[in-house]
Amino acid sequence: MNAWVLLLLFCLGAGLGYRVIRQVPSLLHTPLMSGMNALSGVTVLGALAATVAAVTTGDRACAALAVALAMVNIVGGFLVTHRMLRMFKPQEEGGEVPANE
Amino acid sequence: MTPLAYHLVALALAAGMVWGIHWMNSPRTAVRGNLLGSLCMLGAIVLTLIRHGVLARGDLWLAMVVGGAAGSVLAAAVSMVQMPQLVALLNGLGGGASALVAWVILGGNADTLDAVTRSGAGLALAVGAVTLSGSAVAAGKLHGKINGRPIILPGHMLWSVLSLAVMVLGVAGILAAPADAGLLSVLTLLAALGFGVLFAIRIGGADMPITISLLNSLSGLAASIAGFALRNPLLVVAGAVVGAAGLVLTEHMCRAMNRALGGVLLGRLGAGGAVQAGEAPAAASPARGAAQAASPSSLLKKAELVIIVPGYGMALAQAQHEVANLMQQMEADGAKVCFAIHPVAGRMPGHMNVLLAEAGVPYDKLCEMDAINPKFKNADVVIVVGANDVVNPAAATAEDTPIYGMPILRVSDAKHVMVCNKDTEPGYAGVENPLYSYDNVTLLLGDAKDTVARLARESHRAP
Repeated sequence: MNAWVLLLLFCLGAGLGYRVIRQVPSLLHTPLMSGMNALSGVTVLGALAATVAAVTTGDRACAALAVALAMVNIVGGFLVTHRMLRMFKPQEEGGEVPANE
Repeated sequence: MTPLAYHLVALALAAGMVWGIHWMNSPRTAVRGNLLGSLCMLGAIVLTLIRHGVLARGDLWLAMVVGGAAGSVLAAAVSMVQMPQLVALLNGLGGGASALVAWVILGGNADTLDAVTRSGAGLALAVGAVTLSGSAVAAGKLHGKINGRPIILPGHMLWSVLSLAVMVLGVAGILAAPADAGLLSVLTLLAALGFGVLFAIRIGGADMPITISLLNSLSGLAASIAGFALRNPLLVVAGAVVGAAGLVLTEHMCRAMNRALGGVLLGRLGAGGAVQAGEAPAAASPARGAAQAASPSSLLKKAELVIIVPGYGMALAQAQHEVANLMQQMEADGAKVCFAIHPVAGRMPGHMNVLLAEAGVPYDKLCEMDAINPKFKNADVVIVVGANDVVNPAAATAEDTPIYGMPILRVSDAKHVMVCNKDTEPGYAGVENPLYSYDNVTLLLGDAKDTVARLARESHRAP
């Protein structure tokens, strides 16, 4: 894909991301960050492609390690975000119920 | 799979990820948004495997399963108090993975790569490695493995500039002299790792929220740049979104602490004022104790509006459940209770909200600083739990200290303030807190968990 098209996509992604994320209330900033951790694991796509292209054993090991690290981010990030978001309850549901964790 | 089909699916997946974040704008839809994001990520992985024709490669799946298993163990085991170090750790792993990808790209025959690929891989290597080592140090500080105070090494600035220069020259060299890419990559990697350590080690606890946000941004940026090297549109877009998110949070934190982003980037964080005592009035003022004519519990029994101000000390003392109990009891007794959350309370953006949500506090009781500040004057009692710098009136007057100019929660507007802190030592910023000697302030020193539990016991109104 043409580098200029990629640059355009980069600007679009950053601009759109900036606008959308500014709407997230500071109430949810911690889950937002862990969610972004998960999304930064998108580098797994690069790691997968690199593994396929890797020739030497050393490179293949490096790429496999990259896949594993990125997956820690993806799975860990999404799960912990889910765990946190489920704790946020409005008054009517959460007001009376004491902590159970 | 045709290129057109691939790009259309990739575009849809990227849009899905952004839509997922859009749903994070309300706690009612956020769970759904997170779910959509994770499904799109799964789709992106499968799409990539199909595109490269390796859907059935066992080694790839093995690596993914191993990483995924480690991730799920981490996510299940972490406590809400430890969330800042988890996020710091994941920032580092993301950056490290991107650096590894760049390393593998450059490890092949670098002179057969075109200029965009070489410069993209070089930059991703540098940014990823800075993120990795910087986050490792930040996580170590947050976890208490490394001294949380700012650490300044001999010739700190010189080494920082030097490593940054080597890093930049290394990336430029990879672009200009592909034949030597192997050696240059090693140099770049080492310089970047060194710079990351130098950058993060001089940052103290109170500046951690800014640092984590910044590293969050860098981890996305590294992925996005790697996407340029690999000509992968999904990687470019998703990485850019993460980069922007980190930037929004960094900006938010800087505003909340009255810091310039440029100063943060240059590493001019709190280190300067960390040892200063500030020009606040001497702590042992005779005025203290005037409010103690009425006992804290009797004040609480009569209170109609109570505002609780949590800080990192609440997390350290694990007092969030006691605080939630106190709230429930006072509500049952007919008082109105809400929480005032300073943007930089805790060690990462939103940290207090998560702790209190875990303890069962409904999120509509968690108020942001600008919304709550005008309400302090109507409050009968303000209970400060483990917060110091964010309620320090010296922020308005003590020039040359790290907190100078920082907007604070104006707790002293209330009729009575009870401070449930461990001691009267200065907070992370190192500035004495004159609030402690105000007439309407009562100090309830000791372990916040015990203090708050005792308050709840003693202030319970008879049924």
